[in-house]
Amino acid sequence: MLEVALSSLWSRRGSVLLTLMSLTISMAIVIGVEHVRSQAENSFVRTISGVDLLVGARTSQVNLLLYSVFRIGNATNNIRWESYQDIVARPGIAWSIPFSLGDSHRGYRVLGTTADYFEHYRYGDQEPLRFAGGEQFSSPLHAVIGNEVARELGYQVGQEIVLSHGIGNTSFVNHDNLPFTITGVLESTGTPVDSTIHVSLQGIEAIHLGWQNGVQVAALSPDSSDPRLAELRPTQTTALLLGLDSPMAVFGLQRAINNYPAEPLMAILPAVALGELWQIIGVLENLLQVISILVLTASLLGLSTMLLSSLRERRRELALYRAIGARPSFILWLIELEAFTITACAAVLGYLVVSAGFALTQDWLSESFALVIDAWPSTPGIWGYMAGAIGAAVVLTLIPAMVAYVRSLGDALQGS
Amino acid sequence: MPAISISKLGFTWPGSAAAVLDLPELRVEKGESVFLQGASGSGKSTLLSLLAGTLTASAGTVEVLGTDLATLSARKRDRFRAEHIGIVFQQFNLIPFLTVAGNLRLASRFANRSRGEAEARATQLIEALRLDPSLLQRRADRLSVGQQQRVAIARAFINEPEILLADEPTSALDVEARDMFMQLLMSVREMTGCSMVFASHDGSLAEFFETRIELAQINAAQQEAIDHA
Repeated sequence: MLEVALSSLWSRRGSVLLTLMSLTISMAIVIGVEHVRSQAENSFVRTISGVDLLVGARTSQVNLLLYSVFRIGNATNNIRWESYQDIVARPGIAWSIPFSLGDSHRGYRVLGTTADYFEHYRYGDQEPLRFAGGEQFSSPLHAVIGNEVARELGYQVGQEIVLSHGIGNTSFVNHDNLPFTITGVLESTGTPVDSTIHVSLQGIEAIHLGWQNGVQVAALSPDSSDPRLAELRPTQTTALLLGLDSPMAVFGLQRAINNYPAEPLMAILPAVALGELWQIIGVLENLLQVISILVLTASLLGLSTMLLSSLRERRRELALYRAIGARPSFILWLIELEAFTITACAAVLGYLVVSAGFALTQDWLSESFALVIDAWPSTPGIWGYMAGAIGAAVVLTLIPAMVAYVRSLGDALQGS
Repeated sequence: MPAISISKLGFTWPGSAAAVLDLPELRVEKGESVFLQGASGSGKSTLLSLLAGTLTASAGTVEVLGTDLATLSARKRDRFRAEHIGIVFQQFNLIPFLTVAGNLRLASRFANRSRGEAEARATQLIEALRLDPSLLQRRADRLSVGQQQRVAIARAFINEPEILLADEPTSALDVEARDMFMQLLMSVREMTGCSMVFASHDGSLAEFFETRIELAQINAAQQEAIDHA
């Protein structure tokens, strides 16, 4: 029967090919949307873990999460150093990690932090950061780079790089008097850590030496032997990750920080903020999902229509099967097999289109949207959609198949 | 036991008031070749459909090889047709997009014959019908009409049927091809010894057959049928 079905499809390859293309496109849309959805959710949930409170200047909690954890956009305001010291000195705080953001190197964000970052920062399933090579920074002019930075820019431990003030791919004010030495490369995490350059808080201050009111003053620009480097003290920080001794204390401390008298601060629970952020994106994704399913349904109906309208030209062919001894069910299954073949081909082709598409745009997506997308989708959801589409095709094809079946029941020879 | 035995057969198309066929009796003995003559619309094709079991009689009985077709389930009737009856039409005898070999294979599959058996038989028939063996791999719609009709004979005989039904198989052929077709058909029939009912409007073909039947003479419903054809 397969031989008959394949030859039959081949003999009508014009309309079959058009139907196949329409189905392939809609399968690709469904698979692509589902893939981005699951990957995005995955990479969101994996971004940070084990942090009890995230502290920053007062803004929306989604915004704080975006600029501190995802490093998308900019901080509205900073935390004064005095406030930082006051908060981390409170009882019940197990560890703290300051984040100082606002600078970049060739499009990658520079994060000023402390040694505690490498000890306490967790992502995914409570995974700690590991070094692929080298070690953490121990001087203001040391830098530790994420795996993607090393890979994309070809950096190695021991290499010297220039960090610039401000954010952007090409900064007009790179200056090479004050190169930073790469002391370590982190292992890949699949989170924004991979695209970050880590320096000490003093290192951030060093980048800003020689700047006055947002303008670089040449006479004040330092070089690596500048005695001021030894005396650098951080003056502010952008955000603060806190781990507490007891989870019971989270809400009390959150309230205290939100009502901080010296400056307007905000403390959020990262898990809650992640959930909120996911909900915002989730609405869009659900909408996309519904649209993609409707597109697929339209294509499947097109397949059914194509098969139904082919019955007229196939009338004598179908009568001939009966004349040489085929049961009516042979005709039903023949038409079902044709639909199955087209849909299965479309599912495979759609999958390949999606894979090729993501393989080609992977870098662009991770650079522009911090989305790390695997080029070979393999979630149960995608297999589910592919199986569901084939199942739906078989069900919708029952219309032409039953028409042919019923017609063939009472046919005289040659359908006369 | 006769090959075909019909008694008090009546057939009316669903939704039509007038009967197409009303045959009190018709017998075809084993090995007999019958020429069934009738004008177009006289019910020849309907009668052949009833013999093949794709249509069921409204009244009376149709016995083929001693089996009353009405007692078989639809499924068994289809299987019975595949195994015991070969059919040749005026045209469109072959699935156009399959090769000649594919057409023969498909027919033997419906009779549950093994592939090897079918291939051996196909080679034998192709030779007997004086066709080039290379035609086996050619798509059916790439053949000339004369070649198609000869392949149709091979297709009809592939399962070694006891009965062959032919419905105007020569109408689409020119005189030369028609004579060639008739000679080959009769020689293959003699080789297998099967019974045959050959329906045609063309009385000049009657010379090839043992028995000649005018459908109009045995069909009591003939007058009305012409009006409704």
